[in-house]
Parts: sequence; structure tokens; C-alpha cells
Amino acid sequence: MGKKILLKNDHIPGIQSYDVYRQHGGYASVEKALKTMTPEVIVEEVKKSGLRGRGGAGFPTGLKWSFLAKPEGVARYLVCNADESEPGTFKDRYLMERIPHLLIEGMIASSFALGAKTSYIYIRGEYFYVARILEQAIEEAYAKGWLGKNILGSGFDFDLHVHVGAGAYICGEETALLESLEGKRGNPRIKPPFPAIAGLYACPTIVNNVETIAAVVPIINDGGDAYAQIGIGKSTGTKLISASGHINKPGVYEIEMGITVEDFIYSDEYCGGIKGGRKLKAVVAGGSSVPILPAELILKTAAGEPRLMSYESLADGGFATGTMLGSGGFIVMDESTSIVKNLWNFSRFYHHESCGQCSPCREGTGWMEKILHRILEGHGKMSDVDLLWDIQGKIEGKTICPLGDAAAWPVASAIRHFRKEFEDYVQKPSSIKDVKHYYRLHEAGTAS
Amino acid sequence: MPKVTIDGHSIEVPDGTTILEAARKIGGKIVPPAMCYYSTLKTSGGYCRTCIVKVSKGSERDPRPMPKPVASCRTTVMDGMEVENITSPDLMEARAGVVEFLLINHPLDCPICDQAGECHLQDLSYEHGLSKSRYEFERRTFEKIDIGEKIKLHMTRCILCYRCVKVADQLCDGRVHGVINRGDVSEISTYIKNVVDNDFSGNMIDVCPVGALTDRTFRFKSRVWNVNPVDAHRDCKKCAGKVMLWQKGPEVFRVTGRKDTYGEVIDWICNECRFDKKQTSDWVIEGPSNIERTSVISQNHYTLPEPAHKPLLNDVKIVPDHYQIDNKK
Ligand SMILES: Cc1cc2nc3c(=O)[nH]c(=O)nc-3n(C[C@H](O)[C@H](O)[C@H](O)COP(=O)(O)O)c2cc1C
Ligand code: SF4
Ligand code: SF4
Ligand code: FES
Repeated sequence: MGKKILLKNDHIPGIQSYDVYRQHGGYASVEKALKTMTPEVIVEEVKKSGLRGRGGAGFPTGLKWSFLAKPEGVARYLVCNADESEPGTFKDRYLMERIPHLLIEGMIASSFALGAKTSYIYIRGEYFYVARILEQAIEEAYAKGWLGKNILGSGFDFDLHVHVGAGAYICGEETALLESLEGKRGNPRIKPPFPAIAGLYACPTIVNNVETIAAVVPIINDGGDAYAQIGIGKSTGTKLISASGHINKPGVYEIEMGITVEDFIYSDEYCGGIKGGRKLKAVVAGGSSVPILPAELILKTAAGEPRLMSYESLADGGFATGTMLGSGGFIVMDESTSIVKNLWNFSRFYHHESCGQCSPCREGTGWMEKILHRILEGHGKMSDVDLLWDIQGKIEGKTICPLGDAAAWPVASAIRHFRKEFEDYVQKPSSIKDVKHYYRLHEAGTAS
Repeated sequence: MPKVTIDGHSIEVPDGTTILEAARKIGGKIVPPAMCYYSTLKTSGGYCRTCIVKVSKGSERDPRPMPKPVASCRTTVMDGMEVENITSPDLMEARAGVVEFLLINHPLDCPICDQAGECHLQDLSYEHGLSKSRYEFERRTFEKIDIGEKIKLHMTRCILCYRCVKVADQLCDGRVHGVINRGDVSEISTYIKNVVDNDFSGNMIDVCPVGALTDRTFRFKSRVWNVNPVDAHRDCKKCAGKVMLWQKGPEVFRVTGRKDTYGEVIDWICNECRFDKKQTSDWVIEGPSNIERTSVISQNHYTLPEPAHKPLLNDVKIVPDHYQIDNKK
């Protein structure tokens, strides 16, 4: 069995409720932090742990915390990013639904470390029922004295609120999230200033993912060094992976960083292999924005090393032959999958979710979607593939927020690794009307 | 004072100056085009991405280049920073990409658009655009609406530069005007149709870089190059009263704020001066306005002044030829 820390009590009946959670060691980190540690010591422990942001970018959490400005007399905030809307990612929902008190515990301890007296959990609009679970857990925590005035007699006053978004992927981008939380249109801000200097209501703010904040609990309980022992290299600790697609056992798995991708896909402990024993075609390893990789490159790096589930190993080879761990949305595609159709679906998503502030993303995402649709419908031209390549290159790196990159990377990687499939769609439209049919022919080598 | 070098031209500027403002101090061809930045509107800029530049050296202290092109209107200079604009072919290609994005859904109805001749998008596409569009899909359209009594909104032409939103936020009371929806169906809109009724709302027309916001008292009356701009002023209780009258003979066709070389209004004017004072007798005439723009609007008027420096890069074709012709005069 792999190491579990966040989900170690997941199997216990009633762990959602305060009493059961407390009986199993819940809120110990708050006791330890408030009674025996100073904020500085906690930040130090988080640095030692090597914990990296679980929201997608993998930025070292301790370092981020140390950037927080601390001007006299100005409030500071911790905001938990629970907007989780990246296609293929559903681990935060699982954690909040199953063990809501873990997030609340992490919020209290982290806010104490950062000197935040009020903090917010910004939750995705479609997760309204999870918001109720959290609200109920917060009520329990208030009743038991973990929230409110003078917690555990330490003099630390702390209030926690849940704020429900209105259903926009872009509000997961941290500065758009802050705008939305302030009651404004959820447009990403132009940086600098970064939130750590001027965030919510222009006050110093840290934005962290649900899983990042939950991981602070074991770091305080067992120490940063113990956490850093888990995992591999600079990918310390465990990671929640949302596994979906053509696998026998889709779901959320907590893995120790460093297990092999092959083990993750094929072992019975995790995905349990490909459905119906079919062949693996491709994997999107970290949520819809990260580059797609064909089977041979996801199982082994270009150098022939086994690919591991870690930030470094998945990124090995750069974008030419590698990808990213991202948010851990692991989408598996078997040989019957149409890469073109899947890409069109992703592109449609980014087109729909662009906030529209900057020209390359606002205009380019729609353009790419339309071209892909045309190809898919059998009306594509050979020049469309190059046009798509050119458009994605003109979006990437030229936008206000990374949504532009997120829209460009899937297009670039699909063309990079599966160009022939796009060309087949253009050249043999009649054979691809029925996608499944096309793949059967293709396999038998009779498609022409 | 930090020293910054842009396309080989060095200048010292006060702390906090943006790359774009530093470039404007140098002047000439190296000034990046700006479609959304507006010197007199706070927090403007950053949206359109036409002003992107390549920072090949971050600063003296940290000489690493910046990994991506940056918006010059929102990036402040650092001591020792080196910037490439028209000297970087990659950057020019990236900018051409931005221009293409701005144009794919634009109706290109210049022949019937009041803004033609003083349109920043027209200038921009002339300088950087392709002669043929690669976009083969239906362009997005919106219904025209009146926002307030004097302003027409033709959203189809809008490039979502947010300048009018900043005017509404910074010059008018209440939150009456903003953006609804998202992505490529975003729309400039008012809280309630016709609600824009404020002494300074007319400035939205001046800041709009394209023909999306036009003056209903001037629409379809004349092409802008057929009316002559004249500087004039009057004693006004609400604003500085310094305007340009656009005349054909003695007749005043429209009144606008006075603009600088980059087409940006220097002093905001009130709606009374703009819409209600259309007699020459309302004004003290100062004389012909100097239009210092590399745009059609400057044709048939007055020659451009010499650029602030002799451009080093005469081989780079970046402005229309008439600019050079005018310079030789
Ligand atoms: C378009 C977009 C959507 C994002 N959505 C999320 C999200 O749903 N959840 C999340 O935690 N981070 C999301 N992020 C990343 C956040 O901006 C931010 O980096 C993260 O919340 C920081 O937390 P971490 O350091 O704990 O990872 C998104 C970023 C972008 C650009
Ligand atoms: S990249 Fe897209 S989502 Fe991000 S600010 Fe620009 S338009 Fe909005
Ligand atoms: S209406 Fe004009 S000023 Fe307003 S956002 Fe559109 S282009 Fe800019
Ligand atoms: S002028 Fe700088 S981004 Fe528009």
C-alpha cells in the first residue's frame, strides 16, 4: 500500500462529522500550532517540508508565504482556492466532501502562521452542495471553539467564511478569484502587484489550493522534515490524483510522489489498467491544460527512463517530449479515442471560459475552436493544421493570465504528437464520419 | 534615475516610468503602438497586447531576460534594462499576431464608419497587418444601441480596450457602464439602456480608439479629413473649456477634446462644450490645430514636426510612407 496522509482516515465511517474527526486526531495541528509554535516557526516548517502548490503551478508554498508583506496595522488574508474547474480535476471536491474538517483545520493553522484574522474559502459555484458541507463543518468548529474569539485561550481570533462562485473557470486564477470575492467582475488582474503585496481589498493575501492547505496539517503534526522524507527529490509528500478516462477504476487516489506512471495506470491499487484490455493511446497527465503525451512518452521519457509521477519526471524533456503534473487531473485515453475530437472539446472549453480581457485569448480561442470543428466535420484543409499551430503560438505567452497558455498547450501538443491524425481527418473525411469505425480500419491497416 | 535602452536608444527616466512612456520620451519609430493604454486614465492598459516588447536584459542587478514579451504600458523600467521593439523580428511577428487577433472579428466597415481617418485600429493594421485575412468564419455582430442621448454604441466594432469603462469609472458618478458577458461575446453595456447621462460621458467618444462609440450629433455628417480642426476655448464652469472645433467653412460639425501626438486627450471636456456649443460665436478661436499623428487625419492639414531624434533604423518600414514624405518637406 502506498503512503497516505491526507486520505488516511478516508475509510472511517462518519469522518465528515466533527466528533469522529476529532477522535481520530483531528485539530491536533491547531493545538500544537497555537500552544507550542510561533507563526515564524510554522512558516519555517512549511519551507522545510518542500511542499509545492497543488493548484497547478507547483510553486514552493513556504517561499510564497515568506513573500507575504506585513505592514503595521494592515489586515492580511488567506484565501483558499476551491474553484477547481479544470477539466479532469476533481480531487479538491473529494477532499472537501469526505473530510471537510481537514481543510478547516488547515485553514486555521495556516492563517495563524500568516497572521490572517479572516480567511475565505472560495468554492466553485457548481459545488454548492459541498459549500453546505463546509458551512456545516465550520458551524461545528465554531461551536467547539476552534473558530471565533481567543481560540484555545491563545489570544488568536479567527473567522472563516465560505464564498460560492458563480461558475466561471477563470475565477480559479488567483487574481480573478480575488476580484470576484470583492464582488467585481472576475477578470484576472495585471501583475505586479502580486497578491502577497496587494491582494484582497488591496491587503497582503496568500491564495492556496485546497490540497496545499490540507497538507499543512500533517506538516505541523509530524514536522517539515518528516514530510520531506516522503516523495522523491523536489517533489515531496503525496499528491491527490483525479484519474478519469478509459480505466477500470476511475477516482481520486493519494499517491506518494515518485511511483511510476505505469504502476499508476496498470496496478490494481490505482487505475487498474485500461478498460476492456485495450491499448493505451495517450494521457493528459495534469488537467486539460497540460500537454498530451502519447503512450510511449508517458510511460517512458525520451531517454528511455521510466516516467514517474513527480513534478520533475513528468516535465522531463520539456514540451517537446514531456508534460506537467499540473493539478493532477490524469485523463487516460485508449486506442479508440479521437485526439482531434478530444482537442476540439478542450478548445471549446477554453473559448467558453476566456474572460475576454486580452485580445490573443479572447479572439484566438474562438478561432482555434472553429478550425477544429471544421476539421472534425470533414471540411478541413491541410493548411488548417499549420494555421492552428501558428495561432496557438501567437497566444502562448502573450496574455495577461495563464489561461491563454492553457488554451494553447493542448493544441500544440496534440499537433506535435498526433499530426497524422489531423491530416487523416482532412484527407479522408468519409472514413472518419464514424470515429470508432475509422479507428478499427486504421488499426487493421486498411484505412486509405 | 534608471537608465533604459530601447532599440539602441538610451534615456534616463524617473522611477516608476513605464517602458512605453520612456519610449514616448525618446519618440519616433521605436514607440510601441498602444490601443488600450491612455495616459490620462488611471489603470488603463495591459489588455490589448499591441504594445508588447521584448526585455532582453531585465536590469543591471538582474540581467536575465524576461521569459515572455511584456506589455510595455504596464511594465516599469529598471536601471540598465534593455528593450527590443522594432529591432526584434520575433517581437514584430508576435505583434502582427495581436493585430490579426484584433481584426478577425472586426467588421472592417471603414467606408461607412465615422472613425475612419482617425481610427487607431486602421493605423495599426496599415502598419502591421496582413493584406488578407486568414479568418474564414462569420464575424460576430451586435445590434447598435444608443447609450444616452448623444452617444451611439456600435459594439461590433469594439476592441474591448476598456478605455470607456475607465472614463465611466473615473469621470462619471456611479457605476453605469461596464462589460457584460465574457470571452468573445463580451459586450460594453450600460446598467440600464440610456442611463449614461453625465456631464463628462462624452469623453468616452474621444477615448474610443475605433468607431464603437460615436457622437450622435456628428454621425454621418462628414468624413473627418474633410473638416478642419481649429483650437478654441471658452469660459466653462465645468471643464477647462479647451477644445478643437471641426469646421467646414464657418460651420462647426463637431467639438472634441484636444489630443496629443498619440491621439490621447489632454484635458477632458464637458458635454455642454461638446454637444451644445456648435456656433463659432460660442468660442474664442485660437487658430488651426496641429495634428501630430501618422494618420490619415493629418493629411490635407499640417505637416508633422520633426521626430525627437533621427531614427537610426530607416530600413525598418514601420509607419506609412506619407510619414517619411512629410518629414522631408
Ligand atoms: C485559468 C486558471 C484557472 C485556475 N484554476 C485553479 C483552481 O481551480 N484551483 C486552484 O487551486 N488553482 C487554480 N489556478 C491556479 C491559481 O492561480 C493559483 O496559482 C493557485 O491557487 C495557487 O495555489 P497553490 O500555490 O496552493 O497551488 C488556476 C489558474 C489559472 C490561470
Ligand atoms: S488570458 Fe484569457 S482569461 Fe486570461 S486575462 Fe486574457 S482573456 Fe482573460
Ligand atoms: S467601446 Fe470603444 S472605448 Fe469602449 S471598450 Fe470598446 S473600443 Fe474601447
Ligand atoms: S497598450 Fe499596452 S496592452 Fe494595450
